[in-house]
Amino acid sequence: MVQLMKIKDYFRTFLLWELVKGLRLTGRYLFRRKITVQYPEEKTPQSPRFRGLHALRRYPNGEERCIACKLCEAVCPAVAITIESEQRDDGTRRTTRYDIDLAKCIFCGFCEESCPVDSIVETRIYEYHGEQRSDLLMTKERLLEVGDIAEEQIARDRATEAIYR
Amino acid sequence: MLENIFNLVSEHILAPAVGLLVPDSYASNALYTLEVLVKITAILLPLLFCVAYLTYAERKIIGYIQCRLGPNRVGFFGFRLWGLGQPIADVVKLIFKEIIIPAGANKRLFVIAPILAMAPSLAAWAVIPFDETLVLADINAGLLYILALTSLAVYGIIIAGWASNSKYAFLGAMRSAALFVSYQIAMGFALVCVLIAAGSLNLGRITDAQSGSILHWYWLPLLPIFLVYFISGVAETNRAPFDVAEGESELVAGFHVEYGGMAFSIFFMAEYANMVLISVLTAVLFCGGWLSPFQGLPYLGGIPVISEPNIIWLLVKTSVFLFLFLWVRATFPRYSYDQIMRLGW
Repeated sequence: MVQLMKIKDYFRTFLLWELVKGLRLTGRYLFRRKITVQYPEEKTPQSPRFRGLHALRRYPNGEERCIACKLCEAVCPAVAITIESEQRDDGTRRTTRYDIDLAKCIFCGFCEESCPVDSIVETRIYEYHGEQRSDLLMTKERLLEVGDIAEEQIARDRATEAIYR
Repeated sequence: MLENIFNLVSEHILAPAVGLLVPDSYASNALYTLEVLVKITAILLPLLFCVAYLTYAERKIIGYIQCRLGPNRVGFFGFRLWGLGQPIADVVKLIFKEIIIPAGANKRLFVIAPILAMAPSLAAWAVIPFDETLVLADINAGLLYILALTSLAVYGIIIAGWASNSKYAFLGAMRSAALFVSYQIAMGFALVCVLIAAGSLNLGRITDAQSGSILHWYWLPLLPIFLVYFISGVAETNRAPFDVAEGESELVAGFHVEYGGMAFSIFFMAEYANMVLISVLTAVLFCGGWLSPFQGLPYLGGIPVISEPNIIWLLVKTSVFLFLFLWVRATFPRYSYDQIMRLGW
């Protein structure tokens, strides 16, 4: 029996049977439905946990959330966050400087997770670019600006994810 | 029809032009030279156009086989046209790129190498019969000429690898030399079979000898030889699965790592021109060249247009083989070097 199989295999190899089988498979795939997402026109769906461009949030009364606890700075594995803080006249501690270097950032989301006041978040925005390095340095003003623009989406995503946290 | 067009051109444009420019005693020689030049242009321009669009076809077909769409953005005048403008865009990009000659390279050989790779694959077209009468040089040793010229192409690769003064390029060149020696034997003997069967080295005569019906074409009587020839043809063009000379994963790009811009694209064009050449040769030698597949068949054989020999049939057969080239590339992984040696010997 084994002998017979061997002879059969030999003939199959000789007749390029395996090659024909491979060609048939790829030939079938030639007519398969194509799964390419044609990017600018079509986009893949995003998760509410999507980790894109960073933003600093505010409370509804306009006060910034960040209390300069520096947990995000400590947890950041890429050392992309730089924070300087001071005491404000009303006695609260606030940041005077909050920089995220996007060239260093690895978008791991640890800053967002470590934040006790939900201040630093990652938004769904991923279509941005910088023409020089300084464009990729997100200062406090720019982060707050992103937060103001995207607040609605951010709040909605936090709300849907709240039950898992 | 093409013959008539050419005769008209020759009579009404070339002859008066020669008459104006050259003294009468040289006129017939000059006219002949000019005619040949026009014929060469008439072969090479469509060929280069085919080469450009073969790259497009390759990207598209391999893309489709991998469930992708392939290039589909670059079109003309704001219309996308399934990306048909892509080869043009690529060519323009490559032309404007700088050609860098490495400091340690042998400059003269480095520049000559791409030309050596390209020239034979173009020169071989001289003896390809497109039709009973439509052939640039109807020489009797056509097959020998083809064998000689296609063998020359490997010098371009070896010289490129050596002149680059780079480890990877050199390794690629060595591999290509070894591959060359091993497939050439199989290919040579396959061609010998054809010439024994046809009793002639003239490619036109070989095609004529196949006339009768689709069953008289040499692919059937010489079936194993046909496969051997096509497979060694794939090896000759350095295409997957025999592209050990390039071997991206091991050798970066093999013999042409150090080439950029137009110098690289000439290698690229040489490879694709070779593919077209091998496809045409397979069609001519084994699949009846310009003969119609319906010729001599019951019922179908009598139909006026489609059962008559025509250059279109040659083009169709060539396209089929070109598609097979791309299909094979999309299907099979690269042979490792020792496997190729075993296969070749």
